[in-house]
Amino acid sequence: MIAELGLVALWLAGALAGLQLIAGSLGLTARGGTLAGVVRPVAVVQGLLCCLSFVALIVLFCETDLSVKLVAMNSHSAKPFIYKFAGTWGNHEGSMLLWVTVMSLAGGFVALVERRLPERTMLATLAGQAFVSLGFYAFLLFSSNPFERSSPVPDEGQGLNPLLQDIGLAFHPPTLYFGYVGLSIAFSFAIGALVTREVGPAFARAMRPWVLGAWIFLTLGITAGSYWAYYELGWGGWWFWDPVENASLMPWLAATALLHSVSVLAARNALRAWTVMLGVVAFSMSMIGTFLVRSGILTSVHAFAVDPERGSFILVLLAINIGGALTLFGLRAASVSEGERFAPVSREGALVFNNVALSAILGIVLFGTLYPLLAEAMGAKVSVGPPYFNPVGAIFAVPMLLVMAVGPLLRWRRDAFARVRAIVVVPALLVLLVAALLAFRSGIGALPFIGLSLAGGLALASLLPLRGRNLRRTPLPVWGMVTAHLGIAVALFGMASDSAFSIEKLVAARPGETVSVGPWRIVFDRIEPVAGPNWTALEARMKARYDGGAAVEIHPQARYFWTPPQQTSESALVTRWNGQLYAVVGEDAGDGRWQLRLWWKPFVTMIWFGGIMIALGGLLAMIGRVASDLRRIVARGKIAYRRGRQGR
Amino acid sequence: MTAIKPKHQRLVLLVIALVALVGAGLLAAWALRNQASYFYVPSDILIHRPEPDRAVRLGGMVERGSLKTAPDGVTITFLVGDGKARVPVSFRGIVPSLFVEGSGVVAEGKLAADGTFIADNLLAKHDEKYVPRELKDMSEHQAAQVVAETK
Repeated sequence: MIAELGLVALWLAGALAGLQLIAGSLGLTARGGTLAGVVRPVAVVQGLLCCLSFVALIVLFCETDLSVKLVAMNSHSAKPFIYKFAGTWGNHEGSMLLWVTVMSLAGGFVALVERRLPERTMLATLAGQAFVSLGFYAFLLFSSNPFERSSPVPDEGQGLNPLLQDIGLAFHPPTLYFGYVGLSIAFSFAIGALVTREVGPAFARAMRPWVLGAWIFLTLGITAGSYWAYYELGWGGWWFWDPVENASLMPWLAATALLHSVSVLAARNALRAWTVMLGVVAFSMSMIGTFLVRSGILTSVHAFAVDPERGSFILVLLAINIGGALTLFGLRAASVSEGERFAPVSREGALVFNNVALSAILGIVLFGTLYPLLAEAMGAKVSVGPPYFNPVGAIFAVPMLLVMAVGPLLRWRRDAFARVRAIVVVPALLVLLVAALLAFRSGIGALPFIGLSLAGGLALASLLPLRGRNLRRTPLPVWGMVTAHLGIAVALFGMASDSAFSIEKLVAARPGETVSVGPWRIVFDRIEPVAGPNWTALEARMKARYDGGAAVEIHPQARYFWTPPQQTSESALVTRWNGQLYAVVGEDAGDGRWQLRLWWKPFVTMIWFGGIMIALGGLLAMIGRVASDLRRIVARGKIAYRRGRQGR
Repeated sequence: MTAIKPKHQRLVLLVIALVALVGAGLLAAWALRNQASYFYVPSDILIHRPEPDRAVRLGGMVERGSLKTAPDGVTITFLVGDGKARVPVSFRGIVPSLFVEGSGVVAEGKLAADGTFIADNLLAKHDEKYVPRELKDMSEHQAAQVVAETK
């Protein structure tokens, strides 16, 4: 019953998306004015119905209703409850339903609260949102129906991929999707503005909180995903340039560029066409990412679907949406009038530099991600990894970081570098000092060397915009910018420190032996069998001491799941303020010895603290923007009220 | 500076953006030629030997009876074959689950001067949903063997 309810709700939501598209489009014409009124309510109801459908699927998974094919294929009654719940989106159909749910909820939310856009632009925006949603509804209903019944009903489900059986599954995909799919709002705003040709500061101010919101989620989602991969895979790495990671990084790069260009548009009415273009590009990257991940043309734990029909379906959707949007852009860009001018050395100039650098990095990542596919089409099998992405990305990232240090100090419109030279010299000296100190240490690679040298100076420079300000009166968006830029410096420090100073030990040890890694001494006590609800494991019992301090018990495990049969490695972590100890237990090495792999990773946690700070910066900026918009609306309301009374 | 007309500014920005993007594209293309890691099966390696210090991927079946653990307990050696040729592989680390003799493997690493492949990383079949892409295109006989291994 619940499955049918979910399916009906999904069909109704899809039908409403169709209505929203038609009513929104007709509402733009001279005669369809009466239809315009229904668009907002329809968008809201569509969001609620889709949400209802998703809740139905969650219920089916929580109850392990095996008569539903998807549940039988991906769940198991002996699985802990949290993974039954989160397993809802740990498969192709469920994750696509989550995608559509987020998209329709975002559209409904915009329809409910967004009042700053001109009504015609709003209609075009909601019609655009409905158009994109409609394609994904069709995809779900015709080729990925999550509610399909299975017959005969199996006695037991096939279980969830053990790598996904982690608390990370509860947070990482939804967070990422809120960001990923939230960017559809920026896309639809761009379409709306192109249709009605109303691109200007008011449009930018309306669009900014939505972009910020999506970007915050995307930042958190990527940060969470990176930490999850770090501790779950047991490889000690936190970023592998896996195509799926790139698929989330590309929208982030585009959204970061958009965030900065939308500020230029809001404050200075410049970069008009460019901002609209980025709105289109950002969500296009989300869709390309979905295609890469969901079509099965890539190998990854994220790739569920191997059905070529699905890949073709998404490819067609991609071509229609991106091609359509770019055609519209091509037709209308010339008529988007030129923005205000500015000098090369100015806040705008720095932000243009940031945008160009981010776009170049985006291009490099996109090219590197697609290259194996291109090469395969020509008969060569290749893979592209860190030796390409790290140095080539850094060529653009390093100048961008340098401009990030100076840009916020520059004035809008026109400035002279001489004016800020006296301030900038302090962080610059710090960079040189650190570089000089590091030069005495051997064995540090070029990129970690650059990263470590820059991090301190960047951190200092990111605080400089607060200099000479009354901190109590400093607007929240400025705090947001400072926090986010400081977060970049912190994350950079963590990445560089991990690459430069990590110490790895791989040994075969007998119980009772002591292994030292950097300042740690680890006593390997014994190996014990342990059992969980749907796994058994061999657990290593170890006592770790940092520099002769108190002993900490750690127990990494090698887990054996039986549904589906698979082995995973559960790493053990000890977190200190200055880094993490990372322990993995491997196989029986013979002679009563066990393989142990241990890392001491100084300041590695700064990577994710930095990521959280970046997201927090976005949150501060968003609160600041929304609060000032609300104040303006309230003030305008008061004035109107007083006038009304006086008039009477 | 004040002489810059809006039209010119737009043109200048467009040119800068294009130059940067084309530059990035060319740089990426050049770097990819040098840094992309090519996939080999053992018989390819014997015909076109990869340059030393070039990161490549080697795929094939782990030959039965060839897997040995060195006295240090963490280094393993084995032969990877494709039915026509075989290459000795050495790997120091913890092997992935489902890495067993007779199953498919993709090794990432470099070919040493003595003809041994030094692997930094091994990719094995995780489960039926996660097969290294290169293993999907193996010959029918090998594919049948892989399938037989995992069923």
